[in-house]
Amino acid sequence: MSSDAEKEFIEKARSPFSEAFEMFRKNHAAVAGLVVLIFIVLAGIFGPYVYPGDPFEMVWAPFSPPGDEGYFLGTDYLGRDLASMLIHGARVSIAIGLSAAFLTVFIGITIGALAGFYRGWVEEVLMRITEFFQVLPTLLFSMVIVALFGATLPMITLAIGLVSWPAVARITRSEFLRIRELEYVMAARACGVSNGKLIFKVILPNALPPIIVQAALMVGSAILFEAGLSFLGLTDPNIVSWGQIIGSNREYILDASYTVTVPGLAIFVTVLAISLVGDGLNDALNPKLRQR
Amino acid sequence: MKFLFPIAQRIFYAIALLIAVLVLNFSMLHLAPGDIADTIAQASGGADAEVIEQIRKDYGLDQPFYIQLLKYIGNVLAFDLGHSFFYNQPVTDLILEKLPATLLLVITAQILALIVGVLLGVFSARNPNGLASYVVTFLALFGYAAPVFWTGILLLIAFSLKIPLFPVAGMIDVTVEGGFFARAADIALHLVLPVITLASIFLALYSRLCRASMLEVLGSDYVRTAKAKGLAEREVVFKHALKNALSPVVTLAGLQFSAVVSGAVLVETVFSWPGLGTLALQSIIARDTPTILGILFFSAFVVIVGNLLTDLVLRLIDPRVGSKA
Amino acid sequence: MTVPLLKVENLRIELATRDGVAPVIDDLSLELGVGETLSFVGESGCGKSMTALAIMGLLPEKVGRIASGHIWFNGEDLTKADDARLRQIRGNEISMIFQEPMTSLNPVYTIGEQISEVLRRHKGLSQRQAHAKAIELLDAVRIPNPQARVDDYPHQMSGGQRQRVMIAIALACEPKILIADEPTTALDVTVQAQIFDLLRDLGQQTGTATILITHDMGAVAEMAERMIVMYAGRKAEEGPVDQVIDSPRHPYTKGLISCVPHLLDTLTDERPELTEIGGIVPSLRDFGKNECLFASRCTIADEKCRANRPPEAEFDNQQRSACWHAGQV
Repeated sequence: MSSDAEKEFIEKARSPFSEAFEMFRKNHAAVAGLVVLIFIVLAGIFGPYVYPGDPFEMVWAPFSPPGDEGYFLGTDYLGRDLASMLIHGARVSIAIGLSAAFLTVFIGITIGALAGFYRGWVEEVLMRITEFFQVLPTLLFSMVIVALFGATLPMITLAIGLVSWPAVARITRSEFLRIRELEYVMAARACGVSNGKLIFKVILPNALPPIIVQAALMVGSAILFEAGLSFLGLTDPNIVSWGQIIGSNREYILDASYTVTVPGLAIFVTVLAISLVGDGLNDALNPKLRQR
Repeated sequence: MKFLFPIAQRIFYAIALLIAVLVLNFSMLHLAPGDIADTIAQASGGADAEVIEQIRKDYGLDQPFYIQLLKYIGNVLAFDLGHSFFYNQPVTDLILEKLPATLLLVITAQILALIVGVLLGVFSARNPNGLASYVVTFLALFGYAAPVFWTGILLLIAFSLKIPLFPVAGMIDVTVEGGFFARAADIALHLVLPVITLASIFLALYSRLCRASMLEVLGSDYVRTAKAKGLAEREVVFKHALKNALSPVVTLAGLQFSAVVSGAVLVETVFSWPGLGTLALQSIIARDTPTILGILFFSAFVVIVGNLLTDLVLRLIDPRVGSKA
Repeated sequence: MTVPLLKVENLRIELATRDGVAPVIDDLSLELGVGETLSFVGESGCGKSMTALAIMGLLPEKVGRIASGHIWFNGEDLTKADDARLRQIRGNEISMIFQEPMTSLNPVYTIGEQISEVLRRHKGLSQRQAHAKAIELLDAVRIPNPQARVDDYPHQMSGGQRQRVMIAIALACEPKILIADEPTTALDVTVQAQIFDLLRDLGQQTGTATILITHDMGAVAEMAERMIVMYAGRKAEEGPVDQVIDSPRHPYTKGLISCVPHLLDTLTDERPELTEIGGIVPSLRDFGKNECLFASRCTIADEKCRANRPPEAEFDNQQRSACWHAGQV
């Protein structure tokens, strides 16, 4: 048997992962988004060491425009260095974005998978609960949680996760409903595979692509959500975050509009990058689109 | 009767949802750290002993949990959401006073987003390489990624500070005199920037979905039939295609009601719009718990009514809805 | 023969595909007389529907186009007509019914509205007149209780009933030509016969000429006077139905006919073995080649067939066959 032909065959039949990676790489907007995102994450992790300084310290006269005295983004209404605040804020935004999205996806997958797998009254009850959570205006609900239970970072993360999961639950459930009727699931069931294995080893891996895309978008939504809460002042006052910079400076937009526009731009660029990556993942993971 | 029965069912379900909101409210009140009477009075221990006693009596705090809960639900059904010790007013009155401003903002923004979104969707589907298509693509990215309060502040800087076209804040200019129309025009002027800000998020969603749904419908067999009938282009697109393409857009709009109300909180804060969102923020800062919970309940009520209306509109658009069962 | 109602001359339709432009219809000519029924036969993908859509002026935008040739309708060249003129003709003088009755009606309008719409557009009827006429038409296509059904929506009807509604729409303006594109393929066998009966009766009543696109040879034998056999975008054979079926002059026609089981033979008789045509239809990218496209599947093909496209050989009995060996088949 010629090993050349064999090698060729193997090369042609690439793993779905590398095929998806190839698709993603062809999407220039998604790659650009990923590059920007990596830069922001690195800035969040290492920024405070590269650009040291306490973001709460008053370093120069308030409302100094960008570039003044070496403060390349200027100072805010209390004379704090905007660049330093922005770098420290990146940490909070990304940390909350990731952890809240993780929580959202965890709750969403659990509820959606149980509803889609067991059907019947389990589905009925879980979907009613989902609908209930969709009726509560998300931001107001999380405002109430934060107001009653305290504005700490874990509580904010919990509040965001608690109000955002229904979208993930719905997607998971509809994927489960579709996949549980497919032949290979039937076959596994007929072989006596346990329900737990069916859910986690057979159905869930096949349901993942749309959930991964949704999870990516959830990171963006969570960042926006946190920004909204901290813009309203409902955040830990001892921690800088992008939304909070805007919220605390917004009364001074006549004097120094950059204190609002610049942090907003940071949020915008971050979320935009995430959504471009999400689009890229969607194209890469959706086999129907791949054939075009 | 056939038409009415599912609606009665929906209304019954809506009431059940509202009671669930009350149970949630009450549970949160009990779970919150600190003494409940203190939480309600929000004086952190320093409150008048008499007031605290009154609260204990009103909420039946000395009785078992389920009796307290039933009492609370009973009160709300009698339109009594409790008393705000911060404003020293019944919460119901406070909310009803602010509700119209929020409804005006929310409904105008939804309608604007739907109309413009659908038109953009239709034109971009008709001409995938045209201007409308680029606008939809741009909006889809911007509308998702831009924080709504930032959009609002940018518009504020551009169109009322740099170019003073619109008022900076509020809903009514007290110096404006004249009859009904002069005042309506004044409110409309104040409404422009907040509505555009709020609509921008949803405009993106609706136009993108409408484009996708129009593209699908335009390739359908019944649109081919409409063309084969010799109908004018306008009739094929707006009569035969659009009415079908509208169903998913309306469904999405219905699902977005709670997001619109959420967005309204931020927009109201940016533009100092005297609505429920501003009230919510003020009462959170003042730790005025009955008012906050009352607003959460009322906003859920607004969302549920919005969903019911969506359901009705869907039934009008598509005869298949509701006849499936 | 007088001037034909419809005359297609050397029609070439090109379709944009990923591999470039392919001629889905290559040098097709045909004639249709007043009140005549012509049948288009062939496997799927051979360009039957494309011809129909081209006559209607409904080729898919940006994908398909008429590259050359003419479509003469009543002395007017439809390939030169503008959109407004084509819209006047469509649904009025030439109308069409489609393969998929389940999806061809608009789900959000009543069938009454969908019928009366054509009448208002082409005949200038008022809302009320059109509605009354719609009820008459439903009666004509044998839908029971038309007074009540006129306000039904498509989802309240069966597939057969929906196809009857499509026929009512198509015949509402008493067109000169009706194009029926596989009108019964999606329906139950019992309903198929009813629909064909209906089409034939109504066609005779109104004097409408019919182009019946189908791959059901039984329906062809029953419905049509003349037939055209298409293969890979080209005309293979043409002629009066009974003669073509009796003595086909193209190996492809012969193969098609021998695929059809003869149910009417008595069961005790020894019946001819059913045969199949080996091989597959050439892919779109081979459509333009200068050769007989059937050669790869043909049992009598030789070098000549593979080197040159065969011209049409005409026989005395109006039969024509595009085969180098037409005389020997």
